[in-house]
Amino acid sequence: MLFSPFISKPDSVSAIMLKVLLALLPGIAMYVWYFGPAILVSITLASITALSTEAAMLKLRGRPIAPFLKDNSALLTAWLLALSIPPLAPWWLVVVGTAFAIAIAKQLYGGLGNNPFNPAMIGYAVLIISFPVHMTHWLAPHGLGDGGLVLAELSYAQQLQYIFSGALPQGLTLDAISMATPLDTLKTHLHLEESVQQILHMTIYGQIGGHGSEMVAWGFLFGGLYLLATRIISWHIPVAYLGTLFAIAGIFHLVDPAHYVAPLFHLFTGAAILGAFFILTDPVSSPTTNKGRLIFAAGAAFLTYMIRTFGGFPDGVAFATLLMNIAVPLIVLYTQPTVFGKKAQGDKP
Amino acid sequence: MRELYQFHGGIHPPSNKTQSTRVAIAHAPLPSMLTIPFHQHAGETAKPVVKVGDHVLKGQLIGLPDGFVSSAVHASTSGTIAAIDMQLIAHPSGLPNLCATLIPDGKDEWIALEPVADYRSHSTTELQQLLRMAGVVGLGGAAFPSDIKLRIGKQKINTLILNGAECEPYITCDDMLMRERAAEIVQGAEILRFMLDANEVLYGVEDNKPEAIAALQQAIAASKLNHEVVSIPTIYPGGSAKQLIRVLTGLEVPSGKLPTDIGVQCFNVATACTAHRAIAHGEPLLSRVVTITGNVRHAKNYEVLIGTPINELVALSEALPDTDRYIMGGPMMGVPLPGVQVPVVKATNCVIAASAKLFPPLSPAMPCIRCTRCAEVCPADLQPQDLYWFAQSREFGRAQAFSLFDCIECGACSYVCPSHIPLVQYYRFAKSEIRAREHDKQLADQARERHEYREHRIEREKREKAEKLAAKAKAAKPAEPLTSQQQAEQAELEARREHIREVAQSAVEHTTERNGD
Amino acid sequence: MLNALLVMAGIAIVLGAVLGYAAIKFHVEGNPLVDKIDAVLPQTQCGQCGFPGCKPYATAIASGEANINKCPPGGEEGIQKLASLLGVDPIPFGGDTQPKPKSVAIIDENTCIGCTLCIQACPVDAIVGAAKQMHTVVASECTGCELCVAPCPVDCIIMKPIEEKISNWKWKYPVYALTESAATAGAAR
Repeated sequence: MLFSPFISKPDSVSAIMLKVLLALLPGIAMYVWYFGPAILVSITLASITALSTEAAMLKLRGRPIAPFLKDNSALLTAWLLALSIPPLAPWWLVVVGTAFAIAIAKQLYGGLGNNPFNPAMIGYAVLIISFPVHMTHWLAPHGLGDGGLVLAELSYAQQLQYIFSGALPQGLTLDAISMATPLDTLKTHLHLEESVQQILHMTIYGQIGGHGSEMVAWGFLFGGLYLLATRIISWHIPVAYLGTLFAIAGIFHLVDPAHYVAPLFHLFTGAAILGAFFILTDPVSSPTTNKGRLIFAAGAAFLTYMIRTFGGFPDGVAFATLLMNIAVPLIVLYTQPTVFGKKAQGDKP
Repeated sequence: MRELYQFHGGIHPPSNKTQSTRVAIAHAPLPSMLTIPFHQHAGETAKPVVKVGDHVLKGQLIGLPDGFVSSAVHASTSGTIAAIDMQLIAHPSGLPNLCATLIPDGKDEWIALEPVADYRSHSTTELQQLLRMAGVVGLGGAAFPSDIKLRIGKQKINTLILNGAECEPYITCDDMLMRERAAEIVQGAEILRFMLDANEVLYGVEDNKPEAIAALQQAIAASKLNHEVVSIPTIYPGGSAKQLIRVLTGLEVPSGKLPTDIGVQCFNVATACTAHRAIAHGEPLLSRVVTITGNVRHAKNYEVLIGTPINELVALSEALPDTDRYIMGGPMMGVPLPGVQVPVVKATNCVIAASAKLFPPLSPAMPCIRCTRCAEVCPADLQPQDLYWFAQSREFGRAQAFSLFDCIECGACSYVCPSHIPLVQYYRFAKSEIRAREHDKQLADQARERHEYREHRIEREKREKAEKLAAKAKAAKPAEPLTSQQQAEQAELEARREHIREVAQSAVEHTTERNGD
Repeated sequence: MLNALLVMAGIAIVLGAVLGYAAIKFHVEGNPLVDKIDAVLPQTQCGQCGFPGCKPYATAIASGEANINKCPPGGEEGIQKLASLLGVDPIPFGGDTQPKPKSVAIIDENTCIGCTLCIQACPVDAIVGAAKQMHTVVASECTGCELCVAPCPVDCIIMKPIEEKISNWKWKYPVYALTESAATAGAAR
C-alpha cells in the first residue's frame, strides 16, 4: 500500500546531476576555445571509463545497473576529473584515474550517496602522487605557442596521436610542447628570488590569472551562478570558499606584495572557481548544515592557500577538499540547527 | 497590520482547491446505511450503550465516553442498530475496529434537544461536560476531544487562535464553511474564548481564501465582537497548529509541551462552528462538511452524516472510471482507504478519488545524496536526511536524540526528495517502533516487580511456616492422634494427586486419539 | 637521586590515597552489570534459558557462565542488545531455542478443574483463582512464559499469540525495491 504524501515535486537525482553537467559547459567551451579540443578527448575517455567501471562494479555488487547509470553521477565524476588532468595526458592516465575514482572511491564505499570523499578528487590525488610528471605537462593557450610559452604547438592530429600512442613529432620533446600551470610557474619563479610583479609580466599570465585559464574560470563562474540561480547548490560553500581565499590571500598580499600574489589571482587561477562551485559542493561529501558548509568551505580555502603557497603541490584544491571531507561528520555533528520548539533549552544531540 | 512571523521551510505544492469551491455546500442525501465507529477521536474508545436491534433517534447517544480522553458517539439519524461489530475504518493499518451499523428509517427523527439559552450563565466545567457529551472533537484532522483542550486548569490563556489556514492541497471544507457559516463560527469562537477566558481571538486564514476572510470579517463586524481575522501567507504546512501559532504570535510551542504552556490555544474553525451548534442548539456532532474532489466529475463540498459510506458519497460526485483508490484527507497527510465502504468519521475533511494519472506511483527510491532539500523545507527545523539514515538502519536511540519526535509528519521532505525516498514512512516506522519498545520496557519492568514481589512472598511464607512448625513442635510433644491425622491428610493429598494424574492421563489419551484420527 | 625517589613515592602515596578514598566514596552496592543485563532481558521469567528466572540468567551472563543466546523471548534484538552491552559479538540462537511470537496464556474455563497448580507455577502472579474454583489469566500481566502450560493436569491452558489490533499496530519498514525496470519508471516521471 502507498502512503502519504501522494504527490511529489517532479525532480530526480538524474536531473540534478544533468543540470550540473550543463553548468560545466560554458567553462568547457572556454577551455576548447583557448586550449583546443584535446580536453574533449579526455572528457570522452573519462566518461566511457566511468560508465563502464560503474556498470562492472554494480554488477559485481549485485545491484541494479540501469537506474544508477542513468543518474548521471558517474558522468559528473568523469568530467570533473578530466577537467583536472592535463589534456595532453596519455589516454591510460585518464582511464586509470577515472576507474580508481569510480571503483574505489565511490563503489567500494557503497556507491551513490555513500562516498565520504569526493571521487573525482581521490582520482586526481592518486594520479598526481603516482604520475607526477605526466600530471604537470599542460597545454599552452593558442597563439602563445611557437616560441612564446612553448617551443612548438602541436596540431590537433599530433595531439591525438600523442594522447593515444605517446609518439611526438620528430625532434620534439614533451617539455618543448607543454608548460607548467600559471600557479606552478609562479611558485618556481618565486623560488628563483623573483618578485611577484616581475613574474606576472610573463606571457603566461593574463589580466587576473593565467592567460586563457582565467577565461575558463570565468566560464565556470558563469555555470556556477546558474547552479546558484536554480538552487541546485546553496550559496554557503562558494561564498565562504572564495571569500576566505580572497581574505587570506589579501592579508598576505598586503603584508608582502612582492612575495604574495594578489587575492584575485588566487581566485582565477587553478581550480578555485571550479572547486568552489562544482567540487566542494558535492552534496554527498560536504556538510548538510548551512553553518557546517561555511566552516567546511572556509577550512578548504585556508588549506588551499597554504598548500599553494607553502606546500609542494602546484594547486591545493584537491587536497584541501579531501582533508575537509574527513572533517565533515564532526562539522555536521557540531553545527546542528536548533529544532523547532527547542530554542529556549537549546539542547543538542 | 499585525506583525507576522515565519517558520523555517515549507513548500508550495499545486493547491488544486478551485475545483471544489465553485458551488455551495450541498446536503448529501440519507445513505442506505451508516457505519458509526466508536473510536473516532484521539483517546479511549467510547463504550457502546445500545444493543443490536435497538431503535435509535437522531442525536441519541450510542457510545459513552470511557476514560479521561474520550468523547461521545451518537446516532447520525433515526433507525435501527443492525450490528455492533468490527468493521473496516479509515486507518493506515487497514484493520477493523468496533462500529455500530445503523439502518436509517428515513424519518430522520430527532431526540429532544436541550439548547443552552445563555452559556455565560454556566460554569466552564458544565460547558466542558456538554461538549464532551455532544461528541465535539477537533475537526481539523486529529479529532482530539475539545473539552480536554478547554481544561486549562490554572494556566492563563492570552490568545485563542481559530485555524482556518487549510494549507493542504485539494481540501476546501473549511474555506466553504467560513464563506457560508461565518456567523456560526464567530459565535462558536466566542464560546471558546469565554471558556478559556482568552484576551484576544485571532483567525488565521491563508491569503488564498479572500472570500472566507471577507465573510469572517463581515460576521465579526455584525456580531460586534473584538475578534481579528489575520491573512497569513499561503505555505504548506502553515495550518499545522504549532506553525500557525508561530506565524501569528512569534511564539514557539516548546518541544514536548502544549500550546497552553505558552498561553495559546488553537481550534479549527469547523470545531468552533460545531461547538456553537452543540451549546446554542443542543445538537451533538452528527455531520460535517467533507470535500469530495480529485478524479471526479463534480468536485464539491457536502454536509455529510457521520457514518456515511465513502462509496455512496463519491457516487454523488461521479468518480471517473480510472479511479483506483480513495484517500481520506489531503494528498500530503491523508490516509489511503482500505475499502470503499469505509465510513466518514469526525476527522474526515476530504475524500480524494485518486488515479494513477492524478497521483503517479512513487518511482523506486534512489539512495540519499544528502542534497538537504528536505532540511531546507522542514518546518520543524530537523535534519530529515540524518533521521532517515538512523531510521533505516534502526538506530532508534540516535533518531530520538536527533529529535525524531518533533517531526510533525507533514511530508514536505518526501515531497521535495529528488531520490523519491518515502522519508515520512521511515519516520512513522521509527516512531512506532520506539513507542512499542517503550511499552515493552514498561511491561518488563512491571513483570520484574511482580516477580520480585512473588519471590519475596514465597520466602516470607516459607519462613513463617517454619516458625509455626517450630513453635508447634516446641509447644507439645507429638501425640498419637495428631500423627494419625497427619497421616490421613497425607493419604488424602496423595489420593487427590493420583486422581488428578488419572484425569490428566485420560485427557492426554483423549487428545492423542483425536489427533490419531 | 634521593629526591626523585621521594617525589615518586610521594606521588604514589597521594594517588593511592585518592584511589582508596574514591573506592569507598563511590562504592556501588550489588553488581551493576547484573542489573544492566537484567534491564535488557524481557522479564518473562520463563526459564527457557535454563535458569530459574531473568535475574539468575543475568547473573550467569555477568559471571561468564552463560551465553547471550539463551533467551528466546528477547528475540534477535535481545541478543544484539546484550552483545552491544557486553561488547561481544552477537551469536545466533542455537538449534532448539528459537524466538516465538509473543503470546498470552488462556485457560479454557470449561475444562479447568481448579487444581491451583498453574497459580503456583506463574512467576508473576498473573493467574487468579482458588482451589476447586475456575482459574483465569490476567492477560495484561501475563508475560507469555508458558510455565503454567506443563503443570496443568487437564491441558486446559493454551498459548494464544497476541493478535494485531489497531491499538498495537505498528508501521512497517518501508520497502521499495530498486530494480532494473525502475529506471524506466523514473525516466517517465
